Amino acid sequence: MTRALWTHLVKDLRIEWRSREAVNSMLFFALLVVVLFSLAFSPRGAFSQEISGGVICVATLFASMSALNQAWAREIRHQVLDAQRMAPAPGADLFLAKVVANFLFVSIVQLVLAPVFLVFYNLRVEGQAWQLALVLPLGTWALVANGTFFAALSIRSRNRELLLPLILFPIFMPALLAMVLATGSILTGDSDPGLWIKMLAGYDIIFTTVSLLLFDVVLNAE
Amino acid sequence: MEPALHPPSYTEIRHRMKKLAIGLYVAITAALLAWGFYQAVYVAPADAMQGEVYRIIFYHVPSASVAFLFFAISLCGSIGFLAFRRNDANRAQVADAWALAGAEVGVVFCTVVLITGPIWGRRAWGIWWTWDARLTTTLVLWLIYVSYLLLRRFVAGPQMQTLAAVLGIFGALDVPIVYMSNRWWRTQHPAPVFGGDSASGMDPAMVSALMWNMLAWLLWGLLILGLRYRVERQHQEFAESDALDALEA
Repeated sequence: MTRALWTHLVKDLRIEWRSREAVNSMLFFALLVVVLFSLAFSPRGAFSQEISGGVICVATLFASMSALNQAWAREIRHQVLDAQRMAPAPGADLFLAKVVANFLFVSIVQLVLAPVFLVFYNLRVEGQAWQLALVLPLGTWALVANGTFFAALSIRSRNRELLLPLILFPIFMPALLAMVLATGSILTGDSDPGLWIKMLAGYDIIFTTVSLLLFDVVLNAE
Repeated sequence: MEPALHPPSYTEIRHRMKKLAIGLYVAITAALLAWGFYQAVYVAPADAMQGEVYRIIFYHVPSASVAFLFFAISLCGSIGFLAFRRNDANRAQVADAWALAGAEVGVVFCTVVLITGPIWGRRAWGIWWTWDARLTTTLVLWLIYVSYLLLRRFVAGPQMQTLAAVLGIFGALDVPIVYMSNRWWRTQHPAPVFGGDSASGMDPAMVSALMWNMLAWLLWGLLILGLRYRVERQHQEFAESDALDALEA
């Protein structure tokens, strides 16, 4: 890990630790989504097991929107982004640090929400529970990596918060599909999630690589 | 008193020849579209199972081919823009114009596909929609390029073209992944065979009607694409001259 990456990461984590705004808002939003879905679909028994994969993924998706929307807000104020551009460190370090920081925040939210979710939906893990520890981080990484990149793309737009989900969701769809199906198959124990885990891993590798390669283009776009 | 008569200059001749060529192209395209319609509705025989309903295929399949081709053109434009923007500004602008034109006209043709498809499916198979690989990929492709157009509209400033080009590349990268993931999904939960390979086992008369319509709609699509490209180049040139005026003022 390079020094620049470490510096950026520590900075983001420290700021978040002091204000806790991202994690708090995400936590509450995800909780609300879980409750809303319960009201909308009134999950019971086997049906609950089947849809819970989808609900957890969509709740993560909506929750991370609020974190991603303000991912670059701090850098835009006070021309910090200009300072980053002038610094000799590669933009990819800044990007990767942001992704890791946001990934940690979203994962914290998921960990806190997991017991709440198990309770509300009366879930039993029929399949291999340890695989959840693979699927959820891989899916979250896909979301956060793409989300942070597209948040950087939409910095200069008029409706920043509106544009980010519009450009993120279509591209995120295959990862969402994989995450939902893998989680569903782990919870119901119906089928083997191996294929989806590999697909998620492949998706993560491809898009993280392309994001790292193209981030400097985006950062220095003007 | 009388206006001085003079032979047309070289540029004037070229201009007129160009207009003549475009006019001829439009006429040929219109003729081919009419011929294709005749082939599709009157010449091609009725389908053994679907009767007359299947004839929408002569608009559905050509539109899909044209849409995919134009999205590929848009991708090339995006890559070209990123490649040329530092070295050759004019070529970069040309590439960006192709990227935008390809995306816009591609979205139009893709919309046609997504509307004619469900109409056909409802009558032929009883269902409006199914989440199989081809349909889902086409829908996601449409969503990606609509989001590309939204980005171009919402982002202001000189960096818009760079950001749009980056999104274009991301979007194109996603398409094969969507297709493969959906195929895997459907092999796990097999769906009814939907459309299969519609050209396999096609009556030769139907195939020729399809080919005529493919050609006609391709030429029509290229005409619209070319026009859109020219309009975009005009926009770019006006923007450049405005910027130059602002600099010199």
